Amino acid sequence: MSTVLETRALCKTFGALTVAANIDFRLEAGARHALIGPNGAGKTTFVNMLTGWLPASSRRVLLEGGDVTSLSQSARVKRGLGRTFQINTLFRDLSVLDNVARGVAERRGIAGRMWRPASSYGEIRDESLDLLATLGLADDARQRVVDLPYGKQRLVEIAIALGLKPKVLLLDEPAAGVPSVDAERILQVLGTLPADIAILIIEHDMDLVFRFAQRITVLVQGEVLMEGTPSEIAADRRVHQVYLGEQRHA
Amino acid sequence: MTHSGGYGADPRIHWLEWLPWLAAIVCFFLVPEYLSLGARILIYILFALSLDLILGYAGIITLGHSAFFGLGAYVAGILGAHVGITDPLLQMAIAALAAAILGIATGAVILRTRGLTLLMLTLAITSVCLEIANKATTITGGADGLSGVVVAPVFGQFRFDLFGKTAFVYCLVMLFIGWWLVRRLIYSPFGATLTGIRENTARMHAVGAPVYWRLVSVYTLSATIAGTAGALLTQTNQFVGLNVLGFEPSGELLVMLILGGVGRLYGAFVGPIVYLIAQDFLAKQWPEYWYFGIGVLLVVIVMFARGGLLGIVDLVVAKVQGKRP
Amino acid sequence: MAEILSSIVSVAFHGAAYGMILYVISVGLSVTMGLMGFTNLAHGVFAMAGGYILSSAMTGFGYPFPLALVIAFLLVAAGSIFLERLLYARLYGSGELAQVLFTIGLIFIAVAIARLIYGTQAQPVYLPDYLKGQVQLLGRDFPTYRVFLIVFSAVMIAALWFGVERTRWGAMVRAAVDNRAMAQSIGINTKRLFTLTFALGSGLAGLGGALGAEIISVQPTYPFEQLVYFLIVVAVGGLGSLRGPFVAALLIGVTDTACKYWVPQFGAFFIYVATIAILLWRPGGLFGRRA
Repeated sequence: MSTVLETRALCKTFGALTVAANIDFRLEAGARHALIGPNGAGKTTFVNMLTGWLPASSRRVLLEGGDVTSLSQSARVKRGLGRTFQINTLFRDLSVLDNVARGVAERRGIAGRMWRPASSYGEIRDESLDLLATLGLADDARQRVVDLPYGKQRLVEIAIALGLKPKVLLLDEPAAGVPSVDAERILQVLGTLPADIAILIIEHDMDLVFRFAQRITVLVQGEVLMEGTPSEIAADRRVHQVYLGEQRHA
Repeated sequence: MTHSGGYGADPRIHWLEWLPWLAAIVCFFLVPEYLSLGARILIYILFALSLDLILGYAGIITLGHSAFFGLGAYVAGILGAHVGITDPLLQMAIAALAAAILGIATGAVILRTRGLTLLMLTLAITSVCLEIANKATTITGGADGLSGVVVAPVFGQFRFDLFGKTAFVYCLVMLFIGWWLVRRLIYSPFGATLTGIRENTARMHAVGAPVYWRLVSVYTLSATIAGTAGALLTQTNQFVGLNVLGFEPSGELLVMLILGGVGRLYGAFVGPIVYLIAQDFLAKQWPEYWYFGIGVLLVVIVMFARGGLLGIVDLVVAKVQGKRP
Repeated sequence: MAEILSSIVSVAFHGAAYGMILYVISVGLSVTMGLMGFTNLAHGVFAMAGGYILSSAMTGFGYPFPLALVIAFLLVAAGSIFLERLLYARLYGSGELAQVLFTIGLIFIAVAIARLIYGTQAQPVYLPDYLKGQVQLLGRDFPTYRVFLIVFSAVMIAALWFGVERTRWGAMVRAAVDNRAMAQSIGINTKRLFTLTFALGSGLAGLGGALGAEIISVQPTYPFEQLVYFLIVVAVGGLGSLRGPFVAALLIGVTDTACKYWVPQFGAFFIYVATIAILLWRPGGLFGRRA
């Protein structure tokens, strides 16, 4: 198993406030890894540092062995790092097709072309439609994103990331704010993702976490509390304390 | 009908889009006494197209677009008046090149910022240009402007005469080329990138788009077109004055574009046509009321009709067709 | 040597007077832009209005200078409340472009009205007799009015800083500038806060415009011509801060005076170049929070 994503002693401080302290983290190829922790633990901050959205205060992020700490977001994406956002970050007034096509076009390197019309690039459209079909969104391709129900918008968020054919996929609360029917759909979709992609999800929905993840990292106040298999985490006393307070025997 | 491009859009030219050109040709024959106003309108349409590229499509808010317009105007003027380069196409090419250089130089530097800082920088740049033009009187003529700009006949045949016929056709051809290029750009993948950056910059970063370089590219292109428009202005008037630089012409262009409708390609046509014709008839009679009216119009548009005149047309059409706009 | 020293003192003095006036006018813009996130390019209109009201109050109605100043402040503040409630408030969430266009429209309207009522020439400046002439300080002669400007502005600035640092209103402003949503959720009536602060900032602008009529002449094109300077003060100083624009205004005042005195052929060139350089080095302004 090769390590595709790694952080070494990653730190982030805002003045006197430390939001990430010495995080050592490893993600293997094909991993199904979840990051959990109470609110304010620094999970989204961690992901933001992984993607380059937020510069780290110190130490390193490595992608496939290469140091990407000083690279911009787009550069990291080009190297195979994809993400979704906790709050939908979509082109709301554009069609679903147009949303996904932007990502596909960037990956294929034609997004900078100025001469031929975009719609003449049939391969982009075809690939986008195929991708949408795997997520069950093919019928909504021409709809504006803003006209779709929230659950489907969340799926579009994932679709865009998949269009980048990432080696590592970071999903920030993919089922957040979504009714449980749609959350089920999302879990289904996550199950169909290619086996060689390494996936890290941040989630609060413990049901989803335990059904999806092979390994779980618990983050508390910017530090890694522990890491292990789902059963190890579920059995650990400290994790219970962190989530539920001091346990009174039930 | 908006021309927003994208991967699902039909890029073919709709028959309605040939109307403006038809109208221009008709005007050439029917109202020859208004050809100099006509040339002015054509120049400002080209200028407005350049602004729409960065403002309407890429979402860069600038008050300094006059810097490129003015630079193009002055370069053409200086070439014709001092340097002795009189071939109009050569003057235009050099002016466009100068504007492109200024565009890429300033764009590369200021497009790393956003918001008020960006706005301020654009204003500062055009103010610097205005100040230079104002003070370097030996080259630019200062506050009196630069007269005696010599422009040779186009292709050695067509003289820029007082009747404005050559000027009109010359500007029309240039506008056609400019329009055609801008339209292609909007429908291209690059154009799709621009609307993406405007709609959600964060998302564009997250799909790996080199946002900064795309913005610098479109800024440079836009500057080149604006510079060309400025050169055309100097060539048609054989004169260039300080009123091509600074905040006022930038502000006025913004008004024209908003009036027509931003980000829809033809707003850049409708806006200057309506504005300049109205200005020609009204501003001469009641100049103070003209400014007042423009101010009120701007406030009203912002409050009630963000899409400008074409936006209103869209609403009306939708109502008539019984569709949701 | 003494000559150079003398001209340096003179430049510093006049530069300080200009800078203080610039600050008094622009501080309102900095606070409202930081507080409300509203790009108000029409700020110069309030300053111009103050200048015209002072002029009319003194010549048309014969009011004495101090009273006319108070009237200028109050009328401009009242007018700004009216504008804010009626128009500005509708555009708070509307995005930068809408705000820029709206305020440009306001400028056009104000310029046209000014031209219609007052004509295109600059307003002549009427100083009360007790502020004319020279005053002796440290063995040199200084124009009395400029000394008055510096002292009066310093007092007002001190009062303003005290008000923002020590009063409850000031605390609310600082909280809301820092984090509007948070401030609302702890019960601060941001609507009223905005209106009050906007009125104060605009009133100060009017006062500054009235006081500074001798340095920045009051004419219809005022909002267009001076906009650059006010924006420079705010952008270089840092949005939402109080101290930043003060430093920026003084810097501009002194630099502009120095350039006009020693290298007039360059005019305002250096100011613009310096602004560009500073903003590129620190996009958030010298004392700003974020870019």
